[in-house]
Amino acid sequence: MARVTVNGVQKVYPNGFKAIHGVDIDIADGEFVVLVGPSGCGKSTLLRMVAGLERVTDGTISIDGKVINDLEPAERDIAMVFQNYALYPHMSVYNNMAYGLKIRGLSKAEIEDRVKKASAILELNEDLLIRSPRQLSGGQRQRVAMGRAIVREPSVFLFDEPLSNLDAKLRVQMRLEIKKLQERLGITSIYVTHDQVEAMTLGHRLMVLNEGRVEQLGTPIELYERPASIFVAGFIGSPAMNFMDAKVGSDSRSIDLPGGERLPLNGTGAEAGRPVTLGIRPEHLERASGQEGVAHLNVDLIEHLGADSLVHGHFGNDRTDLTVRVQGTLNMGPGDTFDFSVAPDHLHLFDPQSGARIA
Amino acid sequence: MLKRVHFEPSILPFLLVAPQIVITVVFFIWPASQALYQSVLVEDAFGLSTEFVYFDNFIELAGDEHYLGAFSRTALFSFLVAFLAMAFALILAVMADRVIKGGTTYRTLLIWPYAVAPVVAGALWVFMFDPTLGLITYALTGLGVDWNHKLNGPQAMTLVIIAAAWKQVAYNFLFFLAGMQAIPKSLIEAAAIDGAGPARRFWTIVFPLISPTTFFLLVINIVYAFFETFGIVHAVTQGGPAKATEILVYKVYNDGFIGLDLGGSAAQSVILMLIVITLTVIQFRYIEKKVEY
Repeated sequence: MARVTVNGVQKVYPNGFKAIHGVDIDIADGEFVVLVGPSGCGKSTLLRMVAGLERVTDGTISIDGKVINDLEPAERDIAMVFQNYALYPHMSVYNNMAYGLKIRGLSKAEIEDRVKKASAILELNEDLLIRSPRQLSGGQRQRVAMGRAIVREPSVFLFDEPLSNLDAKLRVQMRLEIKKLQERLGITSIYVTHDQVEAMTLGHRLMVLNEGRVEQLGTPIELYERPASIFVAGFIGSPAMNFMDAKVGSDSRSIDLPGGERLPLNGTGAEAGRPVTLGIRPEHLERASGQEGVAHLNVDLIEHLGADSLVHGHFGNDRTDLTVRVQGTLNMGPGDTFDFSVAPDHLHLFDPQSGARIA
Repeated sequence: MLKRVHFEPSILPFLLVAPQIVITVVFFIWPASQALYQSVLVEDAFGLSTEFVYFDNFIELAGDEHYLGAFSRTALFSFLVAFLAMAFALILAVMADRVIKGGTTYRTLLIWPYAVAPVVAGALWVFMFDPTLGLITYALTGLGVDWNHKLNGPQAMTLVIIAAAWKQVAYNFLFFLAGMQAIPKSLIEAAAIDGAGPARRFWTIVFPLISPTTFFLLVINIVYAFFETFGIVHAVTQGGPAKATEILVYKVYNDGFIGLDLGGSAAQSVILMLIVITLTVIQFRYIEKKVEY
């Protein structure tokens, strides 16, 4: 039960590399926040600073109003799940979970009680408890690592890419379990991942980081519907958003594409004639019939996913690349064409220089 | 049917293994068999006559209190050398593991003693502890210790142990450091989050995880103390005073080449050979099958 407040936190390494350029976030009690971004964006560094494994160069981190910058990891009342699980290889599963409790000086009965409870929550069988970590499968190790965090009954959970060592199927399953577990225990959690699907499905709020700066902080739907920058727009959503250079039409109510096509635009207040980067998600492009179509798409390649198909193609005089997601299967091949259209609501306009969202 | 790869008979493979075989035969098989042969003979001091005496040499050794004394001395000596060399190396490795700046220099400096020849290492310590000239002797006198390893048996033993251990620290240090650096950092971090302080992390996480290295080094160090400390003993004390530092290898030399009791000396080296074989077997049985985490 804890509120985590990060205030103007910066991290500069001794070699002068600035990993974090000032991050602020207020995490409510019981909230699940996901830090997401490409590798090297500083998300793990931020998490490790909360854990106390890296020193904070500037700014403060506090839990329930108490500044913890200078506290040892052990004094922060946190538990962490590591990417490689970091299970003690020379101890049995039981002792792995009991280690932290023994150090805290809990009684034998209490330790046993807590370990049993945690293993019941995680559906770890009794006979697994006496095994050593190397006799476990990846998924079981993952559970033990979580169990080690749960038994401590900490006020904050920290997850450092805990699912990235699992195969795709197990990852989806464990993702659900982590989500359920967090909701059930109601413990404030910070989760680091580079996988945007994981981020979208797990977090109450997402913080997108890029090169040590916060690109956007918001709920998954906010990030999807109103990405604050080209970076967020390209990072969130799969397949990635289509981007193209364009210009706001002279009446401010349309967008001129470089090939001469025109897309209707809702009143956005964008200044007429200004160059913009236009973003359209593949799932928002629709096959059109008759006059509604905006342009012909020349199909280059179709990826059939079963439930839907991804059409990669190009359109217009300057052959702008475009990916379109259509429902079901499409009986077409390279060289075929079809018309597409897009609803004005689904156009995202960004400033080509700064990458920031316009209106 | 499986097709066998067939090579033309050729002399090349024999030529390729020949150097190794020649070295083994000339420097091991031949001297070892000579020792075995000599150990059942008695020779007069002038080498004019030899007599086959079965196992009399061994029986005599079993009742020789000088030999049994050398045996227990060697046991104490090797235990202390192995313990000191490993303990210091472990402490240094723990510290080197934490060094961030200048780590390479620090490590290189620590490895140097290993490159020093045993006799030279012995000579260094002899100079420092020389009863009349030594710097350390002077300092010890200031502290009220009357240091004279040429007369005082326990002091002589102490000096030989220090010199022998010092030389082995570098080797142990390398292995301990490598062992520690192979431990994933996240394990230490997980223990820190679990609330373990540095000392506790060391004893509950690091030390158990480097135990295969420790066991390997224990065998290596005992073998070293048993067999490779001749040069140091020879340079520092020549086994004296009054046989106070006469360990088994030194006694082999003393009895054989100084006392000219070739049969007795050969019998002693056969016993040493059995000890080293035992240690090697232990090492292969347990180290090769060491627990992999």
